[in-house]
Amino acid sequence: MDSPTRPAPSAERAEGVFDDFKPAYTHSQALVEANRCLYCSDAPCIQACPTGINIPEFIRKISTGNVRGSARTIFESNILGMSCARVCPVEVLCVGDCVYNAMGVPPIQIGKLQRFATDQAFEAGWRYFEAGADTGKSVGLIGAGPASLAAAHMLRRLGHACTIYEKRSVIGGLNVTGVAPYKMKADRAAEEVDWILAIGGIDVQTGVEVGADVTFAELEARHDAVFVGFGLGPDSRLAVAGEDVAGVHGAVDFIEAFKLGPVDLSAVAHAVVVGGGNTAIDAVRELIGLGVPAVTMVYRGVEAGMSGYLHEWKAARIEAAQARWQTQPVGFSEAGGAVTGLRCVKLDEKKQPIAGSEHEIPCDLVLLAIGQSKLGASLASLDGIRLDRGRLVVDAGGETGRPGWYAGGDCANGGKEVVNAAAEGQRAALAIDAWLKAGHGLRGQ
Amino acid sequence: MPDLTTFCAGIKSPNPFWLASAPPANSGEQIMRAFDAGWGGAVWKTLGQPIQNVSSRFGAVDYRGSKAIGFNNIELITDRPLETNFKEIYEVKKRYPDHAVVVSLMVETREEWRDIIKRSIDAGADGLELNFGCPHGMCERGMGSAVGQEPTVNERITSWAVEYSTVPVLVKLTPNVGDIVPHGLAAKAGGAHGVSLINTIKSIIGVDLDTFVPRPVVGGLSTNGGYCGAAVKPIALHMVGALAREPSFGLPISGIGGVSDWRDAVEFMLLGSSSVQVCTAVMLYGYRIVEDLIEGLTGYMRDKGFSRLDQLIGRAVPQFSEWGDLNLNYETVAKIDADKCIGCQLCVTACHDGAHQCIHPKADTRVPVVDEAECVGCNLCQIVCPVTGCIEMVPVDNGFSPATWNQHVGEGATLRPKKGVH
Repeated sequence: MDSPTRPAPSAERAEGVFDDFKPAYTHSQALVEANRCLYCSDAPCIQACPTGINIPEFIRKISTGNVRGSARTIFESNILGMSCARVCPVEVLCVGDCVYNAMGVPPIQIGKLQRFATDQAFEAGWRYFEAGADTGKSVGLIGAGPASLAAAHMLRRLGHACTIYEKRSVIGGLNVTGVAPYKMKADRAAEEVDWILAIGGIDVQTGVEVGADVTFAELEARHDAVFVGFGLGPDSRLAVAGEDVAGVHGAVDFIEAFKLGPVDLSAVAHAVVVGGGNTAIDAVRELIGLGVPAVTMVYRGVEAGMSGYLHEWKAARIEAAQARWQTQPVGFSEAGGAVTGLRCVKLDEKKQPIAGSEHEIPCDLVLLAIGQSKLGASLASLDGIRLDRGRLVVDAGGETGRPGWYAGGDCANGGKEVVNAAAEGQRAALAIDAWLKAGHGLRGQ
Repeated sequence: MPDLTTFCAGIKSPNPFWLASAPPANSGEQIMRAFDAGWGGAVWKTLGQPIQNVSSRFGAVDYRGSKAIGFNNIELITDRPLETNFKEIYEVKKRYPDHAVVVSLMVETREEWRDIIKRSIDAGADGLELNFGCPHGMCERGMGSAVGQEPTVNERITSWAVEYSTVPVLVKLTPNVGDIVPHGLAAKAGGAHGVSLINTIKSIIGVDLDTFVPRPVVGGLSTNGGYCGAAVKPIALHMVGALAREPSFGLPISGIGGVSDWRDAVEFMLLGSSSVQVCTAVMLYGYRIVEDLIEGLTGYMRDKGFSRLDQLIGRAVPQFSEWGDLNLNYETVAKIDADKCIGCQLCVTACHDGAHQCIHPKADTRVPVVDEAECVGCNLCQIVCPVTGCIEMVPVDNGFSPATWNQHVGEGATLRPKKGVH
């Protein structure tokens, strides 16, 4: 077992060049916005939040000067409220459902207000939660990302001991290694991890891979319940010829590299990002921000068919992103072992290649953002675990088919937002607590 | 073009908008700028024995991002030499002969009243306003509201002023009394030509949570101030209306208290004011607000077909009645326009917690439903609704003849069954 590693100082991380896309509110700005909130009853914004934060209440508390209470309202529902304030796609969640939209009035900037309150809580060092009285029960959690952290924090509030097993040395999961730096940088996410762990009693074991360094049987012998929150696996590959040449990377890998360390893109004149999801859009905007002169997205569908959020893509367009729609890579050109172009065909409306449409996009960097592999299969040997195309199948409380085993976050939902992981982790913690309090437990069974 | 020419207690001005006696009317230079901006008159900052003021002097109530919806002050009367004031009054009247310059006065003895009235009129005052209203500082010295709260003193000093004056005398009344009517009648008995009201309301504007000192803070202490600004308008409207509907009163009224825009001014006029005085809104936003006051009033008169102010002055007074004369059989219910509703459901919570539990959420829609059989027609939902015109209070024909409480008690008139009683 190693000690967790911390993100390097900002100057040593390439992501340091980015400014916040949505700058923090000043006190005056926060007050003006908070005072605009109608304080709806049974508000649609609450219903749109996966963690169900009582949004009108926390906003009202900002307006009354009770920022300490405002942040408590947020953290009560979502212990990752600080990072979610920055990374949530509020345009399609809470802000998208603000009643002001129906009135033709700009909706309340809930994310920015949430950041205002939670940042202030962090800066002031306000603490809200204590570990519950020791129940004598222990829960093992696999993966140290948002889902496990949310679950572990709630389990500690309920008095259960927690051990998080993380096979890597970096903890915090994609919140540390994968968030677009104009939303949140790695060191801020790491501060949140420390803030969560400060409840005490969460033993984080890094460099420990469950199933290898610790067997499943050992895990069940050590703990009364297990939470699986190990996220997704490596970037998917195109499986076309020439993919192994230098200059072709998985997008998630590449993003982690420049978030945690330096990158040198000075020789890159034209980069191509393959994919049409949010990781692809992030990668496009990040490459532009890192100074690549031309960045083109290559997507096999049409613009309206992208799985990435429209508001994110609009922002990328404003930053001069280019795109080739209905275009599919079929190969790579290289010179001296380094990529020089992406060979593509055009696709018709049924996504079938159009004869004679083969062409090449000259480029010296290619990022593949076509998804990440699913890790559920690593648990396939366990009775009761059910999989759906590699995703762990769980019920509403996060329970897998195997007694005492719960799961949440990307490994169970297939890859959603941090706020979904936080919600699922917290819900699973409550389900685990209920299960343990009903007299169940893996140890001694 | 409607004619805004104003006659208030014999004082003529080109429009009904006067600066109230306060900091905006502290000097000739200010008042001339105000007249240039469009103000029709000004009541000069109260003259008397010049005083020494404190620092600080003002406080305000902010509410949900709106600054200074209420305001208070502990400033006293003029701190400038009387000779300077009189010289400037003369200058202003010379340069603005058609504008009204009313001089506010506050002194103690009969001789002092005689002297200051003579000097004011010599300087060119079009009228006098006797400051019987200030509820802070001066009242501790037996002046201001200490006079206004005692009808016999009010009547005596008014009679002195009327005796010495050759121009109209307005008595400025304090609202710090249980019933304004006897105080208006005292001014009338003293021979006043009109009254102006309200002066400020005795108040503590707030308390500093860190130092435990009420505001405004003066070297670690505070004192009660005079409350004014938009928040006091309802109190002022009531007092103006109470005098206007008093059959034995009948004097002209210059209305004061929280006038911030032309709508406020029209309300004061509809309840019987023939001129309207403004202070706080000018202190907060400057003389320039008069443009909207004039334009708004003019537009309103055009819309209503009024060509002169006397066509609107007092028009609401007959409709200001006693509760016992209200028709208890008149019934309204709330109707929600589903097309306008944005689904905030503020009406649901307001009705459930603050009214009669008759607006309910409905499955599969954010538009609530009104249980009309239970709705008492209280208006609360309409008040909290953020969308203009979304909730209307609609009259219901319940088949009952009109019946007031007085008719019910006196003549046995039949009342409709009560609603919302559960």
